[in-house]
Amino acid sequence: MKAIVNVSLKAGVLDSQGKAVKHALESLHFGSVNDVRVGKQIILQLDGTDAVKAKEDVTQMCEDLIANTVIEDYEIEIVQ
Amino acid sequence: MKVAILQFPGTNCEYDTQHAFESLGATTEIIWHKSESIPSDTNLLVVAGGFSYGDYLRSGAIAKFSPVMKAVKTYANNGGKVLGICNGFQVLTEAGLLPGALKRNEHLHFLSKHHNLKVINNDNVFLEKLACGDVINVPIAHHDGNYYIDENSLKELYENNQVLLQYCDKDGNISNPNGSVDSIAGVCNKEKNVFGLMPHPERAMELLLGSDDGVKMLQGFLSA
Repeated sequence: MKAIVNVSLKAGVLDSQGKAVKHALESLHFGSVNDVRVGKQIILQLDGTDAVKAKEDVTQMCEDLIANTVIEDYEIEIVQ
Repeated sequence: MKVAILQFPGTNCEYDTQHAFESLGATTEIIWHKSESIPSDTNLLVVAGGFSYGDYLRSGAIAKFSPVMKAVKTYANNGGKVLGICNGFQVLTEAGLLPGALKRNEHLHFLSKHHNLKVINNDNVFLEKLACGDVINVPIAHHDGNYYIDENSLKELYENNQVLLQYCDKDGNISNPNGSVDSIAGVCNKEKNVFGLMPHPERAMELLLGSDDGVKMLQGFLSA
């Protein structure tokens, strides 16, 4: 089983990297880009088969370490 | 006066910090992060600058789980004085000992230069030897120094006199190098025993090196 965790800056927290990527895309003439947010993806290989338990565990991992909830949101996807 | 200085893998300002405090007459001890206690005669605990754990995941995120951090929390919660400089500030925010968080600098550059700072509150041991409104010159050297705090918590910081320093120009007008909320360079906790700042007072100890404004800052701890 694996867990895919996506961490990104909270809405309202300025994403400087996203802004820089947007500017770069504009200079490449990709004019259709309205907004860019840069996040990170963390993929965890997990023992066990209980997806509910896995989600609980990974939520705790996110709260403790993987995300800084002062500035970041996280989303967890469990893949069997 | 005994100053204990934390050392994680990747810390690189512990010896500068030691030199700075010893030049003021303090005795010092460098504490490796695997230690589960800090010396009982410690008067000030410094979380020194550097790149603990290579800044992996986020600056300070992994250091907060080092064995020594449990003792640091106990020490701080019992009123012990703690100073976090640069990466030390990041570690203390990650550990929840100081409010807010440090993000990547707004323009994404690593900044390494002298910068002016304005003293905002001095009713604490750290800045008591300076006056409110004083402009001091201290080096900064960071990539993740963009202080963030939500609006309500920011209001609380001001109400409790927890904002210590703001980045400014030589005349004291706001000049924000890294995008920090309200140009904030340093804060303390509500109880005023835990302090954190991105600039490096330990690198501003003699005029030969560009500034000795750090002396008045660090001296505050010695007279307490």
